[in-house]
Amino acid sequence: MTPRSIVIILGTIFPLLTFAQERDSVIHSAYGQDSVSCMMEVSVYARRSEEIVPSQRLSGKRLESLSSFSVADAMRYFSGVQIKDYGGVGGLKTIDIRSMGTNHMGVFYDGIQLGNAQNGLVDLGRFSLDNVEEIALYNGQKAQIFQPARDYGTSGSVYIRTRRPRFEEGKNQNLRASLKGGSFDLINPSLTWEQRWSKRISSSLSADYTGASGKYRFRYRRVLPSGQVAWDTTAVRQNGDIRSFRVEASVFGNTPDGTWNAKAYYYDSERGIPGAIVNNVWKHSQRQWDRNFFAQGQWTKHVSDRYKFQVSGKYANDWMRYLNPDTTLMYQDNKFRQNELYLSTAHHVELLPGWQMNLAADYQYNTLDASLTNFVFPVRHTLLLALATQYEYRRLRLMASLLGTNVWDRTTKGITSDPVSRATSRWTPAVYVSYQPLKDCSDLSLRAFYKGIFRLPTFNDLYYTEVGNASLQPETTRQWNLGFIYSHDWYLGLFRHVELKADGYFNMVDNKIVAIPKGSGQYRWMMMNVGKVHIAGVEATAEAVMRWRRDWSLVLCLNYTYQSATDRTDPTDNDPYYGTYGGQIAYIPWHSGSVAGNLTWRNLGLNYSFIYVGERYHTSANIRENYEQPWYTHDLSATYRWQLPRLALTFAVECNNLFNQQYDVIHNYPMPGRNWKGSVKVEW
Amino acid sequence: MWSSEEEEVGDTRTDSILGFYLLNEGNMGSNKCTMDFYDYTTGTYIRNIYGNANPSAVKELGDVGNDLRIYGNRMWAVINCSNKIEVMEARTARRVGQVNLANCRYIAFHEGYAYVTSYAGPVQINPDYEQKGMVVKIDTATLEKVDTCIVGFQPDRLDIANGKIFVANSGGYMFPNYENTVSVVDIGTFREEGRIPVAVNLHHLMADSDGQLWVSSRGDYYGNTSALFCITDPAGTPQVRRITTQAGTDLVAENMTLRGDSLYVIGTEFSYATMQNHTNYGIVNVRTRKVLTTNFITDGTDASIMEPYGIAVHPHTGEILIGDARTHVNPGTLFCFSPEGLLLWKVRTGDIPAHFAFLYER
Repeated sequence: MTPRSIVIILGTIFPLLTFAQERDSVIHSAYGQDSVSCMMEVSVYARRSEEIVPSQRLSGKRLESLSSFSVADAMRYFSGVQIKDYGGVGGLKTIDIRSMGTNHMGVFYDGIQLGNAQNGLVDLGRFSLDNVEEIALYNGQKAQIFQPARDYGTSGSVYIRTRRPRFEEGKNQNLRASLKGGSFDLINPSLTWEQRWSKRISSSLSADYTGASGKYRFRYRRVLPSGQVAWDTTAVRQNGDIRSFRVEASVFGNTPDGTWNAKAYYYDSERGIPGAIVNNVWKHSQRQWDRNFFAQGQWTKHVSDRYKFQVSGKYANDWMRYLNPDTTLMYQDNKFRQNELYLSTAHHVELLPGWQMNLAADYQYNTLDASLTNFVFPVRHTLLLALATQYEYRRLRLMASLLGTNVWDRTTKGITSDPVSRATSRWTPAVYVSYQPLKDCSDLSLRAFYKGIFRLPTFNDLYYTEVGNASLQPETTRQWNLGFIYSHDWYLGLFRHVELKADGYFNMVDNKIVAIPKGSGQYRWMMMNVGKVHIAGVEATAEAVMRWRRDWSLVLCLNYTYQSATDRTDPTDNDPYYGTYGGQIAYIPWHSGSVAGNLTWRNLGLNYSFIYVGERYHTSANIRENYEQPWYTHDLSATYRWQLPRLALTFAVECNNLFNQQYDVIHNYPMPGRNWKGSVKVEW
Repeated sequence: MWSSEEEEVGDTRTDSILGFYLLNEGNMGSNKCTMDFYDYTTGTYIRNIYGNANPSAVKELGDVGNDLRIYGNRMWAVINCSNKIEVMEARTARRVGQVNLANCRYIAFHEGYAYVTSYAGPVQINPDYEQKGMVVKIDTATLEKVDTCIVGFQPDRLDIANGKIFVANSGGYMFPNYENTVSVVDIGTFREEGRIPVAVNLHHLMADSDGQLWVSSRGDYYGNTSALFCITDPAGTPQVRRITTQAGTDLVAENMTLRGDSLYVIGTEFSYATMQNHTNYGIVNVRTRKVLTTNFITDGTDASIMEPYGIAVHPHTGEILIGDARTHVNPGTLFCFSPEGLLLWKVRTGDIPAHFAFLYER
């Protein structure tokens, strides 16, 4: 199969299952030897799909070759992304794209957003890569128009796509079992069963268990300017244990004029919260339990060549318990339950050849219950309307969208506070343009976008007992981006594929919701709309695929990000040295980057990756007391695939943080040193 | 975090008060409790002295400083979230030892013993989880804990007068069922003898030279605002008076200090009614129990103070020191005012400048 024919397949609109089957042959042949066509498949898909501005994505073999356990680990390889990692298998991992703040990220799981109306955070450390086929990152929004209104509603989005079943000729069943284990007493068995029931219906059932003590050694030391070691302490990270269980069932179907899928997901976990390591306190005892359930479905129908529609729906129920049994602190045993109901329809019309229009309407309902004193039990209704259009004229592609958001919150009366009802209504635009400057050459394209959007204050921001502030306004972001992509494929020679991408951007965050001390002692905070951040950045990516002597191949990928993310909150706090005005905001490095290489010889693969995060400060007063050292890790892994007549075995061994660097991503949260993982996978 | 910085800020002078230490609390979890020193003999402000004085102290001074006192030749720093009291030589800030005490809050001294409040008394399930606070008696010579006395829930500042220890119980973890009493502990038997009801969520407590107690309430953050109270004859037949301005307004008492007959009361409180902070820099005459002023800063500098948090008044000169905690996560500012309320100098501090101890020549 040539890349060209894939383009054609992708060009025809969303025949999900047939598309998957067609892709299968490529991926399958790629799996053993032909990693190059796999690579091409990936890049081609990224460049020539319906999206005007391509995303960054990791999928298939590339994704497998990175030493990553969770989605969060894999996202370290994207440019413009900072991971907040509190360390260990069970530690919270959230991502911040282009420094706008973790709350501005939308995370979409198989096409539908994962919500958290309570605190707006999605812990990407909880999504194991076991059942994930592709992770894609979009700045602004997915630059295609046929999608639900909610997809227009974030400053940046991550799309996690789980594995779609694919069957070889004459096969109706795939079984896959794997076992991973290693440092931190990690054990992670998983099982997937895929079945084709008829030409039109197939299903997948996947389950996995993760258990780990989360124990690892860490070291803090102080070296005097004279070079003498003042103190040097090694300890074991405690209370970082986790036990989690995930089961996921999906059904995929296609009809002559459409596709549908439905999925149910359940996640159950208990974990320790390892906490900050401070003087005289080397372990903590806080615990957290989570139970997340959701069921969702999506149906796409092509009514005619000019009209198609999509219907999506979801119900989610999340339960969380937080326990602080530490007798040296305030005893807390709080339970939270969230419900979410979501419905969406999107209608796509081709008005004229090259000119399309999409109208989407979404409704969402959220509730939060908490076992907190004086809690107000908020309920939120959200109505979203998105009108988008896409226009193509010769080498120019244009997309514009307008999103209308209407939100109504209502609270039940607490003990001392009055019931609150508040409404927010806003219209926000986005414009995406891409242009091919060279005639008859699709290798080079320029792109630009502008997007204005906001995030709503979360239920915690608004209503959390004592801290919340019901008069909060949405936190807005505005993004401007200009960039180019160049890529070229060759069918002969050493280089088979080269891709260069660079983007420059400027973002403004206004009305940033910040916790402000409220006065009269005892750590009393209140959420206020006072923050302001300006972010100017550059991202560059270079990628090359090389092949030689028939069975050797090398894939190299380089990423670099520069960001100047300055605090513009308080113009009076402008001391050139210690003032926060103009200071780089917390935990954003000026320079960061990664290098990943994957060398393949027949069934043997060797992967190396290097991640670098430059110097940072942990607050926007950029003084030496707040300085955080750069950190960088080298990871190495090897895989071997053994193909037998009826089954295939894959063995992998990886060593992460090869040089045992001791570092903190978050101040006082030590990260693991050198650690190991081994895995075996059986497919039949 | 480790090395200190010097800055010239004031004039040089000769006095039996050589300087003062300032304990910066540091935000919780940051491990950024630091200590600064101002040297009156040279007019030099030295930030972050602990790491230099104690290079081998693992993870430095600790997490959230909550009180600082000099007693004899030693300085005692109560480090709340590091669950310890750091004992240092007063002249050098060199470490002598530490006393481990969970969730320790405030310290007072009496005849060779230190008395420290702690939120972390014994846990009882009764039928709900209950954990009363306590006062722990520590031998200042051996640094041994010699006795404990259970008081109310979440006890804060304490003071000693007329053979009694008076403890302000906050009940801060019991929201909305705050404590509202001062515990009276006999210093001889070291047992709680009684309670004086005052107001919800008590915080500061100071005894003046007449044996009156000055007690602040944080309020409950809803209907009851922060307020200041005076208890006359606390060991006999106590009488509680609410101290207000002539207009009947309460004083926000985030922190307070006593010099002579003057009680300096500073604080800021968020008002849901106006959605703004209400701030005062008050002076109360402890004899007349009258509020003399609600803003002793006379040159307008108060406009540039975000959150007055720490206060001390120079015992000899009457100069007023105010620590501005600002955003709590970034460096604070220390303001020094003349007794007339005119700004003399200001300097950058560590995070949340809060507690002062004057160092005397011996």
